[in-house]
Parts: sequence; C-alpha cells; structure tokens
Amino acid sequence: MKSITDIRADFPILNRKVYGRDLVYFDNGATTQKPQCVIDAVSEVFTSYNSNIHRGVHALSDIASEAYEDAREKVRQFINAGHRHEIIFTSGATGSVNAVAFSFGERYVQPGDEIIISCLEHHANIVPWQMMCERKNAVLKVIPINDSGEIIFEEYLKLLSTRTKLVAVTHASNALGTIVPVKDIITAAHTTGIPVLIDGAQSIQHGITDVRELDCDFFVFSGHKIYGPTGIGVLYGKEKWLADMPPYQGGGDMVESVTFEKTTYNQLPFKFEAGTLNFPAAIGLGIALDYVSGLGRAEIAERERALLDYAVAGLSSIEGLRIYGTSANKISTISFLLKGIHQYDAGMILDKMGIAVRTGTHCAEPVMNSFGIDGTIRASMCFYNTEEEIDILATGIEKVIKMF
Amino acid sequence: MTINQIQDEIIEEFSLFEDWMDKYNLLIDLGKNMPLIDPRFKIKEYLIEGCQSKVWLHPEFDGEKISFTADSDAIITKGIVALLIRVLSDRTPQEIISSDLYFIDRIGLRQNLSPTRSNGLLAMVRQIKLYAIAIDAKT
Repeated sequence: MKSITDIRADFPILNRKVYGRDLVYFDNGATTQKPQCVIDAVSEVFTSYNSNIHRGVHALSDIASEAYEDAREKVRQFINAGHRHEIIFTSGATGSVNAVAFSFGERYVQPGDEIIISCLEHHANIVPWQMMCERKNAVLKVIPINDSGEIIFEEYLKLLSTRTKLVAVTHASNALGTIVPVKDIITAAHTTGIPVLIDGAQSIQHGITDVRELDCDFFVFSGHKIYGPTGIGVLYGKEKWLADMPPYQGGGDMVESVTFEKTTYNQLPFKFEAGTLNFPAAIGLGIALDYVSGLGRAEIAERERALLDYAVAGLSSIEGLRIYGTSANKISTISFLLKGIHQYDAGMILDKMGIAVRTGTHCAEPVMNSFGIDGTIRASMCFYNTEEEIDILATGIEKVIKMF
Repeated sequence: MTINQIQDEIIEEFSLFEDWMDKYNLLIDLGKNMPLIDPRFKIKEYLIEGCQSKVWLHPEFDGEKISFTADSDAIITKGIVALLIRVLSDRTPQEIISSDLYFIDRIGLRQNLSPTRSNGLLAMVRQIKLYAIAIDAKT
C-alpha cells in the first residue's frame, strides 16, 4: 500500500485548515473526501466531452455514453456481479432502496405479507419499507439487537415465515459500526426462497464485496461514501428479479416505444434508468472504484482495522467515555458519549478544534432508542486518517470534559 | 433598557474574549446559571422542534409583557437560550415581534443560526416570535 503521506496527498481537502487548525476529518460515515483523480474525472466531463448519454448520433454523445457504460462495467467488476445489466445507476443508496421497495412491492407484495429489517438500519432502509407496507397493507418485522449492538440471529430465524416476502438488512451499521453477518442471513432466507437486499452504504468502502459470493438478491450503495461524487448510487439486482419487476419511474431512455395506447419498456438496465442520470458522477464513481482497487481493498480493511483498534484503545482509557457498539466485528466507526455531557455540546467544542465528528441520532433513531439514549458522538474513520489524528481527538475529548 | 441596549451590552461582554474557547466557556456559565424552568412546563407542548438538543420554552403573559423561562439538555444551547431570554423576556408582544436580533451575528454565533445547522437557534427565535404574535392577536 502507498505511504500515508502519499495517500493524503491524493486528497486535496485534507490540507485545509478549519478555524486556523489542521482539519481532522472523522465524518467519513456521512461522506468521504475525494481524491484528485475523481475531481479531475468529473471536471474532464465538462471540459471535454459533456453531452447527453445514449441519445445523440454525434461524437461527444458517443464518448459520454461509452464513459458511462465503462463506469457500469467498473461497478460490475468491483462487486463481481454476473452481468453488466444487473447494475442500475440511481441517485444514491436511498434512491436504490426506494426503487426496490416500490418495484418489488408492486410486483410481489400482498396484504398481510411481511418484510424483515433489523433494528440497526439507517432510516433509508426503514422508511421506504414502511411506505411500501402502508401502501400494500403489509407488515414490517424488525430483528432486535443485543447490548453489544449486534443483531440477535435466533430472533431473526424466528421472524422468517411463509409470509416473509423480503429481508432487507444493512451490511454495517452507520451508527455503531457493527458488521452484520449478512452471509448467514442470506443463507437462512434462501432456504425458503426469500430474497435479501443488502444495504452496503457503510460496508463497500471498507473491504471486499462480492455479490455472487454473498448470493444477495439486491445490493445497494452510494458513490459519495466510497470516495466518488455525490448524486450517484448503485442498485445491483439479480437479473431474475430486475427483469420481472416493473419500472419505478417513467420517462426518456427507459422505453422501447411510446404511443398513447401502449408503451413498452426498454431492456435492462435502462428500464430502471428514466431520464438523464447523473452521468458525470457515474463516471467519477468508476474512477473512485479504480482508486480504491489501486490501494488494495484487503490492505484498506487491514489499515482501517488497525485505526479502529488504536482508537478504541485510546478512547477507552478516557474516564467517563462510553463506547456504544462493542461488537468484535466492526468497520472503523466509533460511537460514544461522555458522562454528563450532551453530545451536541461536545461536538460543538470539538468542531472548534478543527475536528469533524457527527453528533445526534445518525439517521438511526431505533438504534439510539434501543440503548435508551437520544444520540451519540460518532467518529468514523477511513484509510487516510492517522493515529496522530486519533490522538488529537482523544486530547480534544479530554479538553471537552474539563470544560463542562 | 431597550432590546437594543441589552444586545449592545452582550456584544460588549463577548468582545472581552478573543478566543472562541473563552466565549464558549461564557456560554457554558450562562447555561449553568440559567434560572430553572418549572418542571411542569418541561412537556412536549413547550418543546421546540428542529433542535439537535432538546429545548423547552414557556411564555408567561401578565397582560402587558411576556416573560420566558426555558431549559435544554445541552449546556451551550442553554447558554444561547439564556441570552435570548435576557434580550426578549419582559417585553411587550410588539417589542418582540419588531425586534432585530443582530447580537447573534456580532458575538460570533451566526453559524448557529444556519437553518442547516439544525441546533434550533433559528427555531427558538421563530418560536419566541410566534408566541408574541399569538398573544398579540388575542389582546
């Protein structure tokens, strides 16, 4: 792997100062920073070949369309999908879940049917299912978690029934960092043919994802959390589902022919890509995936594991600090609270020290409720963070404790 | 003192501190020393929505002026509320409605006013003014 100095040099924003201090960016769970190559790739679209994709007969449209389809192929390879047409570009992981919740719901869900999610879900993998259940008179079932912030597998097995139509779970908790044993969840669901959607928004950037090895039916993630641009996301779906599901949005590019009597839909993946997609972001995402592959995904996982261990050791030694989410199997995210100090107060002071953390419920209120708290302070790290930055955080926390 | 005289007084107090840390220490002190709200007002009805920390604000109208008591689970937020109360409590509804709260910007808390910041300073100001408008409409 490249040296940390070289890696950090790839991310121009990491050089900036905040309130006159070096930026310490620990909010990677919310969004990651972008390497220069991604910034350049998006910029290049607009400076040299911007043109609408799949539509023109002219040279620029060809170049743009090809770059866009290349990005799709890069995504396919990155997650090891079987076919390029199983990769649908969306606006983000949220857009992807909403697409499945609508299309799958329309096609397969009947009154009284059940959808299983877990207590660890981000609101993006809760609310679309609630909306669908309301529309279809279906029932949402929730896998509970234990005190370490891990889903209780036996409870999951109890929830699976003949009424279950789909299981939708996160691969890694955004609020606590827990990695969920999705492989086991999928295997159990598949014994009775129940499809599984995996929310990979917090997992794909931290290691190797192989959708065929997992055998998941759907896998969703966001570009901006894996060093790519915002406004682009991916929905992977097995062909057998995507081919059978109706489109969720109508418009240009998703149709084969349109008359006022009858419209027929385009083939996959275009059936699910109505209108002009954010193709510059898709192209940027392809470059971001190249960058991550270039660093090495196994190496990234190893590096981030070391950062997590260092941070857990450092923060645990602070008196009055409690870590929420203590599973042995975690991404490099730490959620914690300081005794007697509101997370928002702590976050404001840390901010003034140039340290970017997130405070609040992290769009995962049920997780907070299960611990009986109304929020945490979250430091979400990634490979460009350093042990030195973790020390700065620890010192900052000590200072916060003294202030209150 | 008028609303603006108190605002000027606050601006002067904060100007004594150049370091942000001292300013926040002052807010923490103000928060810790804010008079307690009557616990029966710490209910959903008086909770201000849109805050990352919880803020309860209770208006009391004596027929002429409105006074406010408040609380928050976060100390810095409480300090900010204490400043708002110092400026806007014991005022007629008309005084509150027509007030221009320039002190927030001048003491360096402007970032807390951003609607995306969602700490609810904006929501607090709005709620105080809404109470004043409601009371004014009734009288």
